[in-house]
Amino acid sequence: MLHGSLLSGAVAMLLLSGAAWADTLADVAGRYAIAPSSAISFSVGQVGGGGISGKFPKFSGTIELDPGNIGRSRVTFTLAPGSVTTGEARVEKFLRSDAVFDAAAYPSITFRSIRVTQLDSSTAAIDGILAARGKSRQERFTATLVKYDGRNVTFHVVGDVLRSPYGMDVGTPIYSNVVKFDMIVQGRKF
Amino acid sequence: MWRNTDESYGWVTILFHWAIAILFLCQIPLGYLTQATENRPALQFELYQWHKSIGFLVLALAVPRLIWVLLTVKPRPLPKTTRLEAIAARTAHLVLLLLTVLVPLAGWAVASASPLRIPSYVFNLVVIPPLPFTPSERQEIFWSNVHAVLAYGGGMIALVHILAALRHHILLRDATLIRMLRPHRD
Ligand code: HEM
Ligand code: HEM
Repeated sequence: MLHGSLLSGAVAMLLLSGAAWADTLADVAGRYAIAPSSAISFSVGQVGGGGISGKFPKFSGTIELDPGNIGRSRVTFTLAPGSVTTGEARVEKFLRSDAVFDAAAYPSITFRSIRVTQLDSSTAAIDGILAARGKSRQERFTATLVKYDGRNVTFHVVGDVLRSPYGMDVGTPIYSNVVKFDMIVQGRKF
Repeated sequence: MWRNTDESYGWVTILFHWAIAILFLCQIPLGYLTQATENRPALQFELYQWHKSIGFLVLALAVPRLIWVLLTVKPRPLPKTTRLEAIAARTAHLVLLLLTVLVPLAGWAVASASPLRIPSYVFNLVVIPPLPFTPSERQEIFWSNVHAVLAYGGGMIALVHILAALRHHILLRDATLIRMLRPHRD
């Protein structure tokens, strides 16, 4: 009994200290290539609840975290909309078609950061230009550092993107105009 | 005026008849177009929404209409109508009445059985929940076939029905069609 409580006390101490010593954005500064192990997940809500969710398995990009000044960091990201998966072949065909991505004519969607703003020790807002289907617009994503092992870094990145500015608002208002991105972005130092 | 009499259809019957007839007749080419626009997916999606919305409107009219027809008197057949003609007309009317309910119900079944789970958002105003089906491609195809057979079958019966009405009006020059256009003034 006594042993048990001593032990759990020690575990709690460890966990607390772990949290206190968590890496900050400055600690993980460096240049990273976005790894294929990342998960670029999105969802679009529908009227009455539920919706469509899926992933883009084909993508590439870089993260450059400036050691002296997080604000001077840069992110570039490219994904292949044609690679979209949703678990339903007809939905994927529709998304690739000229009704939505028009992946044949516009095979990539790109994001290029223009400003990175540190929000707290492990979180930053990334403003950048998203280019999709021939249209460009400024969007914001929020990245939170979740893991770092000296070589590999993991961020949880979220952001809401409107479909209408890109001419992809087919199906509204049955399907929301808002695409919610909820991504795990893993970088490998290079 | 509003109710049927022994001689005449009233406005309730007449308005139900023409509202449902026009919508039902529009739904057949519209339903066909949802199948013919496979290579224009954005247009196809829009057509589907109109087709479903108008279809639910037909259902919303056809159910009270069915009840109304069952509760109200029917005008007597016009003189010179043979027994066979009267039975044929009655049967066609009954089948058409049922199909104006069953065709949209089968359409609702297609939407409910589809694994795509696309909500039915009637005229972007009201969400109609799916029927309690477990979605599967097999179920969807089954109901899709039922819906198509009933719809095209109904279209064929409606065509005969329309030709019969025109025969009465143009060849026989009797009051059959006029009776369905406005109530008889006493
Ligand atoms: C008056 C009511 C309706 C009529 C006359 C009608 C008629 C039709 C026709 C002719 C087709 C084309 C069938 C084919 O070529 O395969 C069709 C397709 C379709 N309809 Fe309807 N429809 C009605 C109501 C509805 C409703 C209420 C819904 C859904 C809520 C619906 C959903 C569909 C769907 C999903 C299809 C495509 C799948 C299929 O071919 O069956 N319809 N409809
Ligand atoms: C332009 C097309 C149409 C014309 C000219 C027409 C004409 C008529 C006429 C003259 C009657 C009265 C028959 C009688 O007194 O015995 C009638 C009754 C009826 N028609 Fe039509 N019709 C048309 C379309 C339709 C369609 C598309 C439907 C169904 C989908 C339909 C369903 C019915 C039914 C159910 C009745 C019996 C009505 C009742 O007892 O309340 N008609 N129609």
